[in-house]
Amino acid sequence: MGRTVSLVLLALLVVAPQLGLGIYPLHLMIMAMLWGFIYTSWALMGRLGLVSLGHGAFFGIGAYTVVMMWNHFGLPPLAGAAVAVVVALAVAFIIGYPCFRFKIVGHYFALVTLALSEVVRLMIVALRDQTGGSLGVTPKPGLVDGATGSIWALQFSNKLVWFYVVLACWLFALYVWHRVDRSMSRLALQAISEEEDAAASIGINVTRTKLGIAMLSAAMTAIGGVLYAQYQLYVNPETVSGIGISLQMVFGAIAGGMFVMLGPTVGAVLLLLLSEGLRILVGNQFHGLDLLIYGALLVFFIIYMPKGILGEFLHRFGRKTS
Amino acid sequence: MEFFDIFLLEAVINGLLLGGLLALLALGLNLVFGVIDVVWICYAELIMVGMYAIWWMHTVQGAPLPLAFAFGIGIVALLGAALHQFIIRPVLSAEPINQLLVTGGVLFFLQAAATVTFGVEFRNIGVRLPGVSVGEINLSLARLIAFAVALTAIVATYLFLTRTYIGTAIRAISQDRAIMPLMGVNSGRIYILTSALGGALAGLAACLLVLQYDIHPAIGLSFGPITFLICVLGGLGNLIGGFFAAFIFAQFISVGGFVFQLEWGYVLAFLFFIASMFWKPEGLFARRR
Repeated sequence: MGRTVSLVLLALLVVAPQLGLGIYPLHLMIMAMLWGFIYTSWALMGRLGLVSLGHGAFFGIGAYTVVMMWNHFGLPPLAGAAVAVVVALAVAFIIGYPCFRFKIVGHYFALVTLALSEVVRLMIVALRDQTGGSLGVTPKPGLVDGATGSIWALQFSNKLVWFYVVLACWLFALYVWHRVDRSMSRLALQAISEEEDAAASIGINVTRTKLGIAMLSAAMTAIGGVLYAQYQLYVNPETVSGIGISLQMVFGAIAGGMFVMLGPTVGAVLLLLLSEGLRILVGNQFHGLDLLIYGALLVFFIIYMPKGILGEFLHRFGRKTS
Repeated sequence: MEFFDIFLLEAVINGLLLGGLLALLALGLNLVFGVIDVVWICYAELIMVGMYAIWWMHTVQGAPLPLAFAFGIGIVALLGAALHQFIIRPVLSAEPINQLLVTGGVLFFLQAAATVTFGVEFRNIGVRLPGVSVGEINLSLARLIAFAVALTAIVATYLFLTRTYIGTAIRAISQDRAIMPLMGVNSGRIYILTSALGGALAGLAACLLVLQYDIHPAIGLSFGPITFLICVLGGLGNLIGGFFAAFIFAQFISVGGFVFQLEWGYVLAFLFFIASMFWKPEGLFARRR
């Protein structure tokens, strides 16, 4: 029953852009799925007690690596994405291994990863001769002679292409979530998040298990950064790295509900509707109003609904939460 | 080489002055953590509110500067108490990470509230203190004042905690949260008092920062992360460790920024922080438990 419903919904989503939606609704759907993908990647480790405030670092690495490789070395973004993933994996390993080996958890883990995201932001700003500093940078145009898209440059003027690319990535993230959810590692990770020493005592390799999920999450976030850069065709250190974007990921996932599969996506839709809705309702003159309501809602959620919207909903209506 | 050394010395002295200010920033956050066991991620935003309060009182209302300073300190102290009463208290028994995140929500809220109220323009109180020259070294008077006031406040806080009855109660709570209520101490009141004190220290920091920097809604982000990292480096809740960590950090920023570029100073400081976490996860100056 549940499977049929989700397949029907998925089919609707796949054909939705063919029904002659405007550019703007299409853009909103792309952004919702893109952020859904990223928040889901974060929640893969977040829900298991590894609250990282450093995912802005991986997002920034993804976005900037691909643009820098393309602009300076002419490396096509598909290859650049591979480089970005390798860099993100390496950084996740260098930070993650000592963190997990020396049992840096809770506050300390959150603050170490926060330092990491700031390091990446500051390095992008400091390398301003290459990266354009705080002004941000645009990938070199890759479309010539009125072409509408180029896989070589990974640039498409048609939003439909992006819709399906991002849809595929989002579904991939849900699939990864599902796989992790059904695997032995999840049980191991849950045990670790509850009682690390006890988990180790029954033979779980704590360091390796945590490192595995952290590197997976980092690599996926870097891919999110690549998609963001190629879709927006503009990156800026303040919006793709640092403390702001890192907190945004955490809160998106928490608001939606980080313990259920679609929770982070619900969070992404919610945040997007909130900011876009307020922008349309009150216009741009009240700059910051969306963030004001957003901040107040976050406080509200964490105090009264720590499971998030979807988590709370499923809990109330008696569905199993997995 | 003589010429070079003078500038290096200037960078070291500026780092020392910056260290005093950072030590004050870390003190309030550490105090709150040590007693209530909660990290106020929004600590730097409280300072931002204080800076706006001072600016509003002085520039818009035309109050004399000392009155504006007192107003700023009072507002932030109240804000600290309110933060505890309405936001932290409901989550005191929740997961520690939720307590950290809830103040992250407050961070967005305060930042956005400042944007909505005052806009994104840079403001300043229109007071520019002159520079001071000692030999060939040029120093800013605002920084010297900040250094002196910060050190005085740190000593005063230390004396308050060690020499007064309430200070002793605060330290007692921080040593054993479970036992003190049994001894007849009203821990809720101590928490509120500590939060107000932490807020007042943030307000004092606002007074010193407003003399040196322009005010804008995102200013908290430029020194918030450094403040947390200093506290962690010194051992969260360890007031003396935080004090020394502030000076180490300030030297990285000042000398690193002088030798390379400003951002590289910060990058070095943060990398040093990450490395030292692996070396001594409990902080460089961890108390032995």
